[in-house]
Amino acid sequence: MTTVHLTDVHMQYDGNRVLDKFTYTFEAGKFYTILGPSGCGKTTVLKLIGGFIHPTDGEIYFNDKKMNGIDANVRKVNTVFQDYALFPHLNVYENIAFGLRIKKVNKQTIEQKVSRALKLVNLEDFKARDIQALSGGQRQRVAIARAIVNEPSILLLDEPLSALDQNLRIDMQYELKEIQSELGITFIFVTHDQEEALALSDEIIVMDKGKIVQTGTPKDIYDEPLNRYVADFIGESNIVKGTMPEDGVVKIYGKAYECVDGGFKPNAKVDVMLRPEDIVIKPHNHGKINVDVDTVLFRGVHYEISVYDNDGYEWIIHSTVAPTEGQPYSLDFKPEDIHIMLPGEDEESFDKRIEQYEEQLS
Amino acid sequence: MRRLLFIPYIVWMGIFVIIPIGLLVGFSFFDIEDNLTFSNYREFFSWSYLQMSISSFWYAFLITAFTLLVCYPLALIIKQLKLKMFWLFIIILPTWINILLKTYAFIGIFSREGLVNNLAAQLGLPELQLLFSDVAFVIVGVYIFIPFMLLPLFNSINSIDQSMISAAQDLGATRMQVIRKVIFPLSIEGVKAGVQVVFIPALSLFMITRLIAGNKVVTLGTAIEQQFLTAENWGMGSTIGVFLILFMMIIMLFTRTKSKTIGVGRL
Repeated sequence: MTTVHLTDVHMQYDGNRVLDKFTYTFEAGKFYTILGPSGCGKTTVLKLIGGFIHPTDGEIYFNDKKMNGIDANVRKVNTVFQDYALFPHLNVYENIAFGLRIKKVNKQTIEQKVSRALKLVNLEDFKARDIQALSGGQRQRVAIARAIVNEPSILLLDEPLSALDQNLRIDMQYELKEIQSELGITFIFVTHDQEEALALSDEIIVMDKGKIVQTGTPKDIYDEPLNRYVADFIGESNIVKGTMPEDGVVKIYGKAYECVDGGFKPNAKVDVMLRPEDIVIKPHNHGKINVDVDTVLFRGVHYEISVYDNDGYEWIIHSTVAPTEGQPYSLDFKPEDIHIMLPGEDEESFDKRIEQYEEQLS
Repeated sequence: MRRLLFIPYIVWMGIFVIIPIGLLVGFSFFDIEDNLTFSNYREFFSWSYLQMSISSFWYAFLITAFTLLVCYPLALIIKQLKLKMFWLFIIILPTWINILLKTYAFIGIFSREGLVNNLAAQLGLPELQLLFSDVAFVIVGVYIFIPFMLLPLFNSINSIDQSMISAAQDLGATRMQVIRKVIFPLSIEGVKAGVQVVFIPALSLFMITRLIAGNKVVTLGTAIEQQFLTAENWGMGSTIGVFLILFMMIIMLFTRTKSKTIGVGRL
C-alpha cells in the first residue's frame, strides 16, 4: 500500500507555470478524481506521479521514499492513457503480457495473470484478437487489463472514458468502480466530466489554472462549493449576489431569507447559490420570489425550466412537473438549500470559518 | 474526355518503360553477330558471371547494412531534437549535389595526397592506400545512400505516437527495451522501404565503383557498362540487365509493405 505525498510541487514548461504549489496527500486504497477544465494542470499531476516528467520544484514522496528523478519504468505505478496507447503490433494477449515479459516473469505465471486480468475486464474471448479489430470500449478494457496485470499499488487514469459514447461511458464507470473495490488499490482518475467525478470518487480535487481550488468528498463539494468556479463546474447552479446582515440571514434583492450559514463579517457581500433541483415552483405569490416562466425544456428525467424574476435575473429550475410557459409563478426553497459563498475565500479560511461558526452554535 | 487525359501517361509509359524493357529482353536473345541464340543466358550462368552476381549482392548488402546501422540511431536522435526538421534538412541537403561531384570529392579525400593521408601523416601513421579499395567503395556508397535511408526511417519513427513510448516505459521498459520492443517493430515498414531504396540502386552501381574501387570491385553494373561500351556486345549487356531487373523484382517482393496499415486505427 502506497501513500503519495506531493509537497509544494511546481511545474514549469518554457516559462509557463502549469502547476503552482500543489500539495496533497493521496491515501492508499481510495478512488481520487482530479477535476478541472483542460489546461488546468490535472494531467500534469498524473504525469508527475507516473514519473513521465519531474517537478521543477517541490517533492514527491511514495510513503517515505522521495521519488524526484526516479523514472516511470521503475515506479510501481501504472497508467491507463487517454488514447489507450495499445501497441498496434501486438494482439490483446501480448499487449497485456507486455509488462510481465519485461519483468521476465515465467510463461506459466504470465498465462495465469493475463487470464485473470482478462476475466476482470470481461474480455476472456478476445485473447488472440488484433487491437485494430476491437471497439473503443474493448480497447479501453484492454488498456485497463494491461495496467492492472502488473499489480501496481497506484493506478493512474487519464480521462480514460472521454472517447466513449454516453451509454458505454456509464457502463465503464460502474466497472471501474467495481474493479477498484475488488483490487483495493489507489485509483487517481483525471477528468473534466463532473458527473464522472461525482459518481466514482471517494475524494475529488477541483483544480483551476494549476492550483487546487477545493478538495473533499463528492457530497461536500456538491453541497458546499467554495466559490462560483466550483459551483459552476460541479452541477448546475443559480448564483445571485447578496449580503449577510447577520449569521443565519441572507439578503437577496433587499429581502431577507433564513439560511444556515454564518461566520461572516456583518453585511459581507456574498454569492448566494441555489441548485436547480432544490427550487420548488409554487403558484404566484405563494413562494419567496415571484417569477415569470420563460421556457420549459423536456430533458427526459426532468423539465429544465427557465424563469425570470422581477429584477431580470434568469433562474434555472429542474422539476418533474411542467409549469405553463409565459405564466407567473413563484419560487420557493428551504433555508438549508441556500448556499453562501464568500468571493475570494480559499479552502483553508473556508474550513476555519465553518469550524468557528459551528463551535459558536453549539 | 476523361479517357483522353490518360493518353499522355500511356504514351509515356509505353515509350519510357514498356518499349525499353521489351528491347532489353529482345536484345538479350542475340549474340554479337546478330544471331538468335540462348548463348547469352548460358554465359550468364558461367562461373565468372555468377561470381560477379555474388559480389554485386555482397557489396549491395554491405552498403545497405551499414547505411541502416548509421541511419537508425540517427533517426532516433533526430526525433528527439527540438529542430528536427532542420537537422533532417541538413542531412538531406547533399542529395542536391550531383553524385559524380560527391564521388570526385571523395577521390580528393582518399587519394595519396588527400585529407585522410595528410591527417595520418601528421599523426605519424604510414600512408594508407584508401582509393581503389573495397573499403573506400563501401564508405562512399554508405555516404551517398544515407539520405535515402534516413527519410523513410525518420518518417516511420517520427509518426510513432509518444504515448506508445510512455506506455512502454509505464510498463517497466528501459530505453533499450522501448526501442527493441516498441519503436523497432512499429517502424519496420520504414526499414523495409529504406532497404528497398538503398539495396536496389546499390546493386547496379557502376560509376562510383569505377571511380572509387577501380577494378577492385566488379559488379553487375560495371559488367553492363563494359559489355555495352568496351566489348560492344549489346546482347550480353542486355542479358545482365534482364537479370538485374529480375533480382530487383525479387527484392521488391521481399520488402513489400503490407497493405494493412499499422498504426492506431480508427475507434
